[in-house]
Amino acid sequence: MTPQEENFMRKIEAEEKIEPKDWMPEAYRKNLIRQISQHAHSEVIGMQPEGNWITRAPSLRRKAVLLSKVQDEAGHGLYLYSACETLGISRSEMIEQLQTGKAKYSSIFNYPTLTWADVGAIGWLVDGAAIVNQVSLQRTSYGPYSRGMIRICKEESFHQRQGYEAMLALAKGSPEQKAMAQDALNRFYWPALMMFGPHDSESAHSQKSMEWKIKRETNDDLRQKFVDQTVKQIEVLGLEHPDKNIKWNEERGHYDSSDLNWDEFWSVINGNGHCNRQRIEHHVAAHDEGEWVRDAISAYNEKKRAKKAQNAA
Amino acid sequence: MSDQIKDAIQEYATRLGDDSVVLGHRISEWVSYGPFLEEDIAYGNVSLDYIGRARMFYTYAAELANDGRDEDDFAYMRNDREYRNLLLMEMPKGDFAYSQVRQLFADVYYTLLLPELLQSKDETLSAIAAKAIKETKYHLRRSRDWVLRLGDGTEESHKRTQKAVDQLWGYTHELFDMDDTEQLLADEGIGVDVSKLRDAWLKMVSDILTEATLTVPEDSWAVRGGRTGYHTENLGHMLTEMQIVHRSHPGCKW
Repeated sequence: MTPQEENFMRKIEAEEKIEPKDWMPEAYRKNLIRQISQHAHSEVIGMQPEGNWITRAPSLRRKAVLLSKVQDEAGHGLYLYSACETLGISRSEMIEQLQTGKAKYSSIFNYPTLTWADVGAIGWLVDGAAIVNQVSLQRTSYGPYSRGMIRICKEESFHQRQGYEAMLALAKGSPEQKAMAQDALNRFYWPALMMFGPHDSESAHSQKSMEWKIKRETNDDLRQKFVDQTVKQIEVLGLEHPDKNIKWNEERGHYDSSDLNWDEFWSVINGNGHCNRQRIEHHVAAHDEGEWVRDAISAYNEKKRAKKAQNAA
Repeated sequence: MSDQIKDAIQEYATRLGDDSVVLGHRISEWVSYGPFLEEDIAYGNVSLDYIGRARMFYTYAAELANDGRDEDDFAYMRNDREYRNLLLMEMPKGDFAYSQVRQLFADVYYTLLLPELLQSKDETLSAIAAKAIKETKYHLRRSRDWVLRLGDGTEESHKRTQKAVDQLWGYTHELFDMDDTEQLLADEGIGVDVSKLRDAWLKMVSDILTEATLTVPEDSWAVRGGRTGYHTENLGHMLTEMQIVHRSHPGCKW
């Protein structure tokens, strides 16, 4: 190990944060860029499935809450793009990687939001799973990412609460509303579990990420936490648990659950989800349509600069 | 308070609520479609302000109606012929220039209207105005900046913005129309006499358009009817979308 590497590993061992100006191994930098940009893209693409219901929200209060939630997600995307920029990549490069498929976003957003209950299910389950992961990432070794996570976690818990509360209103509502809630739970429960990524044994990036303390807990451990916390929540809603094999294991102190359908997971990631193409096309279309606006700002600023220079001369 | 005045205030609050919910809805259509992420956030903010206003106006209208209806009954259970919003608010989102020009017209309007409403003898209307004034200050700064940048940006942005100004101009005249209901409330010191705002509006808007190198259109056409429920074809589609879930489950809580 070079002295630089030794110093870097010493900091990691001592739980000191790595800051943008510190020396870091190239692979650490790359690994972080991949993870943070993927996280940022997930926030941004995640605006679409919920945005799909802003114009149809069934009450003014729900409409306002949903708007503010989607707006928060855009804000999270911004912090994360900024955190990632400290590693030497620009936002426009990241956007290009997203649009060309080089960078990924969470595959959960390739599932369609078909009813109003899906908005509740996303807040409750998808944001709920994200929080479990993000709470763990508050202790990540890279300073800007860790600080971003602390800030984001505060808002995410509001998201989860509003999602659960929306589900509760449905579950305690008319038979049709309750059926809508059950249907949303059935569709989103499994993909939410898959958000934690493949089993540790099959996760390509896990080992090194753990060693560098980019990740602090394994995919399977985080998933188990989520499984455990969700059982009680489903009970309170009075809905049926989608996993017929869910069972408390006294010895482990955890719930046992069914194996996940990993073929479906890979199939959706590899392009066979309902919305893979739609999400990227939507992003590209908005970005392309915005080009003349961005050009206008540059031209306007240039004119103002020229005028100022002329006045100064 | 006489029944006549009370009914007039209810109608007035409903109109102002309709303006807010319709414009708020149109702005919300931009979320995730903005030219960059910061704009998605800004649009979300402005839309939230208008939805918030709508809720306050409707809640007040419902209180005066005192017939068991709530804010959502006003927003979701009335048809387009019953909506009383100004036509300007219901025009589709169009391109970015179109939405920003509409926003400028509306923001200048509220910049003038809200301080008058703040003086209302009606405490609730005055309180709503007090809250909205702060929001509108920020809205106007934003729409003004945008119109300046788009008008004096590139050839394309200038062309699009001028087109939007020309397309929307004819819908601005009815912003300053008064009818018997509004006249009654203005006479009572409760409502705003919008006919008196026209010159100031024209001056503010013209100054901004001129600074943006845009041309102020001639008053060659004017479309009216929002306050009597005589709408463009756009509103029906908007309400169809907005009301579908609520109406599919009558009497449900959300």
